[in-house]
Amino acid sequence: MVWIALFFLIPLYVVFCVAFGTVDPIFRSPVPIWNPLEWQFTQVEVVWDRLFGPDNFYLPAVLRTLLYVAIAVVACLIIAFPVAYFTARYAGNYRGLVLALLVAPFFISYMMRMLAWINLLQPDGLVNTIITLGGVVPLDINWLSGNPYVVVMGLIYGYVPYMLLPLFAALDRISPSLIEAARDLGASGFDLFRRVILPMSLPGIVAGTLLISLPMMGDYFTSDLLSKSPNTAMIGNLINLSIVAPGQAGQAGTLLILVLLVLLIPMVLYTRSNARAEVRS
Amino acid sequence: MTVSAAPAEAILEESRGRRRRRMRGTSEARAYGLGAITAVYLLWALVPVAITVLFSFNEGRSRSTWQGFSLRWYTWDPTGSVLNDESIRNALSYTVLLAVLATIITVPIGVLFALALDRWRGRLPQGANFLALITFVIPEIALAIGLLFMVTYLATPFGLGTWAQVVGLVTFQLSYPIVICRARLLTIGSHYEEAARDLGASALGAVRRIILPMLFPAILVSAILVFADVLDDFVIVRYLSSDASTETTSMRIYQTARAAPTPALNAMATIILVVSALVIVLGWLAYRRWTRKQGESTDVSSLASTL
Repeated sequence: MVWIALFFLIPLYVVFCVAFGTVDPIFRSPVPIWNPLEWQFTQVEVVWDRLFGPDNFYLPAVLRTLLYVAIAVVACLIIAFPVAYFTARYAGNYRGLVLALLVAPFFISYMMRMLAWINLLQPDGLVNTIITLGGVVPLDINWLSGNPYVVVMGLIYGYVPYMLLPLFAALDRISPSLIEAARDLGASGFDLFRRVILPMSLPGIVAGTLLISLPMMGDYFTSDLLSKSPNTAMIGNLINLSIVAPGQAGQAGTLLILVLLVLLIPMVLYTRSNARAEVRS
Repeated sequence: MTVSAAPAEAILEESRGRRRRRMRGTSEARAYGLGAITAVYLLWALVPVAITVLFSFNEGRSRSTWQGFSLRWYTWDPTGSVLNDESIRNALSYTVLLAVLATIITVPIGVLFALALDRWRGRLPQGANFLALITFVIPEIALAIGLLFMVTYLATPFGLGTWAQVVGLVTFQLSYPIVICRARLLTIGSHYEEAARDLGASALGAVRRIILPMLFPAILVSAILVFADVLDDFVIVRYLSSDASTETTSMRIYQTARAAPTPALNAMATIILVVSALVIVLGWLAYRRWTRKQGESTDVSSLASTL
């Protein structure tokens, strides 16, 4: 019985913490209403108005977020796939080293990696020094004030490592003899990729996509650090601004619920696929 | 027949060889091409950070013009250096403190959670497992704001600050030990425990003396991951921070990176980098020693796949 209490109640307690910590308190505006039957929807209306009403300054940010995330995910895939493929199949003796270097950005603070780009991109930074050839070419580009390309680049830079590892794990599981067999049966390089490697790495692609797109949806610091301009604001920025501004907590909560509702499907997908993978192994 | 068969075979053999050589040729070219992409990627990923570290040793105030090597921003600048700026010093020590606290609390709970999930069947543990995985993928901002509201509107006596931050971090990080230890428990299976029970071990004794030692590598790995991740955490720590005394290095970077900072900021970031690198290397060595002693394979890629 002690056994049950120990291994059951403690996790249960934690589960309660998790469940109540994330979902329940969100509904409360500065004057919290504890009874769900008495919930008021004025905050929801405010957010709805800002989304679709005449004065819809939320909507562009929401669309922008979707666009940025989509571009960043595709770019991450394009970058991560060859790198993961190389590491899984051709790295040979250097495999351990390459893998360690791939994992390294995980352990470098996200803030520090953004700081690195701020240093490079600031008006007198290295990037400007290089493209103006040390001041010879009279170009004065200010990268860090509302440049959408820079923000997307920052997102890609920040999240690629999280795409790399699941991809690597999936590609690493493809046995080389399978690839040889496809070759012997006459598959060209493209066939091999399309009909063997791509389907087999699909779980990794899905996992990586979810793993980076979900946090990106709530990201506000990348845009804050690399642009600081409302022209590149994302959903995360809207939420952050309403949190920082007094009396707008309800709107932040509503926005957050909106994001979570949208993300619920991919989140459930991810956990389901994970559970299934466990059953299989 | 025999006369003509031999050349035919020879021809066949030769054409096979040619094909194989040609394939090896394209395959090599592909390997080099992919290798080049990988190299470029690694440069892109790591050089900006290396430059940041480099400029923490700059003699002057600039973070983009090299003015000679010095430790000015670490030690001897009278007001701006890491050593002499109290707020930077506080941020550094507070970040490490938070990481230690969060790791100490997260790992045991996570291991117990994993053990419970491993032996209980039914709806409730399934739901628990689901929740644990959800915390893994939920945007951090959701958890942070949920906790912020809870602390400010519901659990007002607790207030914001260290404990709120630790609770938030623990909740967010719990999934690491759970996922990693569960994967390990699945490979261990139940035979060892059953054998121990047959030999007269109590239920608790079997777990303590058989399962926990076998689980140790997984526990170590998850502790390292949690520690390194908490060092870098920003969203939870920021929303649940109360005042300047609970400011971490990542918050400091966020607040001052765009406001004409000195290389002391780079120096601070470098120190945190060194701390997490040290923890990882030490943890890795311990992991290697432990698994060698147990005669198990130590493969980086097997570790990576558990992630």
